[in-house]
Amino acid sequence: MNTRFDMMLPRRQTILGGVALAAGAAAPAHAQLTIDMTKPSFEPVPIAIVDFKGDKVGADIAGVVRNDLQNSGLFRSISPSAFIQQNMDPNAPPRFPDWRSVGAAGVVVGQVAQSGGNIKVDFRLWDVVVGQQATGLSFTSQPDKWRRLAHIIADAIYKRVTGEEGYFDTRVAYVAETGPLGNRVKRIAIMDQDGFNTRYITDGKTIALTPRFSPTLQEIVYMAYGENNAPPRVYLQNVESNRRELLGNFPGMSFAPRFSPDGTKVVMSISADGNTDIYEMDLRGRALRRLTSGPAIDTSPSYSSDGSQIVFNSDRGGTQQLYVMGAGGGGERRISFGEGRYATPVWSPRGDFIAFTKISGGSFGIGVMRSDGSGERMLANGFLVEGPTWAPNGRVLMFFRQQPNSGGRAGSVTLHQVDITGRFERQVPTQTDASDPAWSPLIPQ
Amino acid sequence: MRMIKALTAIAAMILIAACSNDQQAAAPATTTVTPGSVADFRQNVGDRVFFETDQSTVREDGRQTLNRQAEWLKKYGNYQITIEGHCDERGTREYNLALGERRANAARQYLVAQGIPAARVKTISYGKERPDPVGSDEAAWARNRRAVTALQ
Repeated sequence: MNTRFDMMLPRRQTILGGVALAAGAAAPAHAQLTIDMTKPSFEPVPIAIVDFKGDKVGADIAGVVRNDLQNSGLFRSISPSAFIQQNMDPNAPPRFPDWRSVGAAGVVVGQVAQSGGNIKVDFRLWDVVVGQQATGLSFTSQPDKWRRLAHIIADAIYKRVTGEEGYFDTRVAYVAETGPLGNRVKRIAIMDQDGFNTRYITDGKTIALTPRFSPTLQEIVYMAYGENNAPPRVYLQNVESNRRELLGNFPGMSFAPRFSPDGTKVVMSISADGNTDIYEMDLRGRALRRLTSGPAIDTSPSYSSDGSQIVFNSDRGGTQQLYVMGAGGGGERRISFGEGRYATPVWSPRGDFIAFTKISGGSFGIGVMRSDGSGERMLANGFLVEGPTWAPNGRVLMFFRQQPNSGGRAGSVTLHQVDITGRFERQVPTQTDASDPAWSPLIPQ
Repeated sequence: MRMIKALTAIAAMILIAACSNDQQAAAPATTTVTPGSVADFRQNVGDRVFFETDQSTVREDGRQTLNRQAEWLKKYGNYQITIEGHCDERGTREYNLALGERRANAARQYLVAQGIPAARVKTISYGKERPDPVGSDEAAWARNRRAVTALQ
């Protein structure tokens, strides 16, 4: 157990794995309880999530699981009003014909029990098609962490059905924007991936931008302006204690920070005399190393998932393009060659793709390309879309959309997510206008 | 602080009105501002220069504004100067921070070349974070690609 997470740690244990039950009738071919996300097209898996029994929070947990799965675009949550079988025994097999007739490929049942000041939640996913249990897990947690438990259950279902790790038990840091555009308040907020449990970790007295999580979620790095026209600088802040420290006191602006995958380094841009280059800071000794030089703007660095390379944005060729170099600098090569300007490259946690913002023909797009620059695909377009960030499983991106300003009033700024096929985009709810999303890794359990 | 901001807004409005009639942006106003005041600088000298899309080269009209600024700043040597670099909203946030820094530095270098001591002039970039005016058309974007000389 990681003691730093004592306060929020659901204890997890697998139960009753592989309980064999009598096989049901032959499966209808149209709805399987598996999904191959690499196929060019697929139908969402129809799934029925029954309110968990035993406590009032059981219905709330089921609601969060339904919402997570539905929002992934990979599942279709069947409305509980259509359910035929009622008052189910959470420990007994469901009546499979009842669930087949409502079109479910899977049915989730669970229960909640009080356990010495904690809650114990267990659930089973039944494969309606083959008529047996697909997975079953039990968790213990503090009662107020029930939303996390629900996200962990949704992740377990997602993993069983897709074969991929889930991404629901995660957080998103972003820039919360309020007030008139000419004097906008921009502060860093952190919320659960589904928009709940928002808290603000900067006070809004100065503009704060571009938050990014450390691999452990314990810290974020971001850029903030100083008081009285002091230049923007990079800060490292603990998200539990809110204690923050300046990462290097340079004469000019420092910005665009991002952690290395092992969390030991932060790469960032530093400006001097109008010129912007990329530097790496080792967090253990605060040693600074310069990675790029020359009169071009070099910014928006992002490490590859194995930490060996950095993709970044440079206008050294005349316009903004994407370049890859070794993590220690050197070996720089351009990878973007399409029409337009390319910016904000972010390497996928899986290592396979680089997401980017593209400005072309008067509009903006969010796209992905392989790390050698091949296979470019656009996933979202608009007047202004910017700043992609990866879900930890590398299958979903979040970014922000700004609508045009009109009549001196700011257009709305909202967070959106899209899967890497580009098929399924949805708005992510936030309490205020929001930009610069940063998706966390899975929360350590 | 609030009062200063209100003054800024009024000064900017006057400047924009002047601009629509006179592209030189330095129409001697028939106002009674105190010579050597911040209002004098903004109204009678011009506190900002504009840039082409993605560029940080000071244009000919900007050089004229900066020449007037240099003259005025030599006359009134008690002000410290911060040049604020800004961009339109048609770029990405991080790149625009760097581009705003380039623009501020271009204006700073020009003033220093005109004899303003380098130690007197600081720069700061606001990227696309402080639009003025607020708008999403070519006219608004052209006025947002700017370097503003602020006096302290």
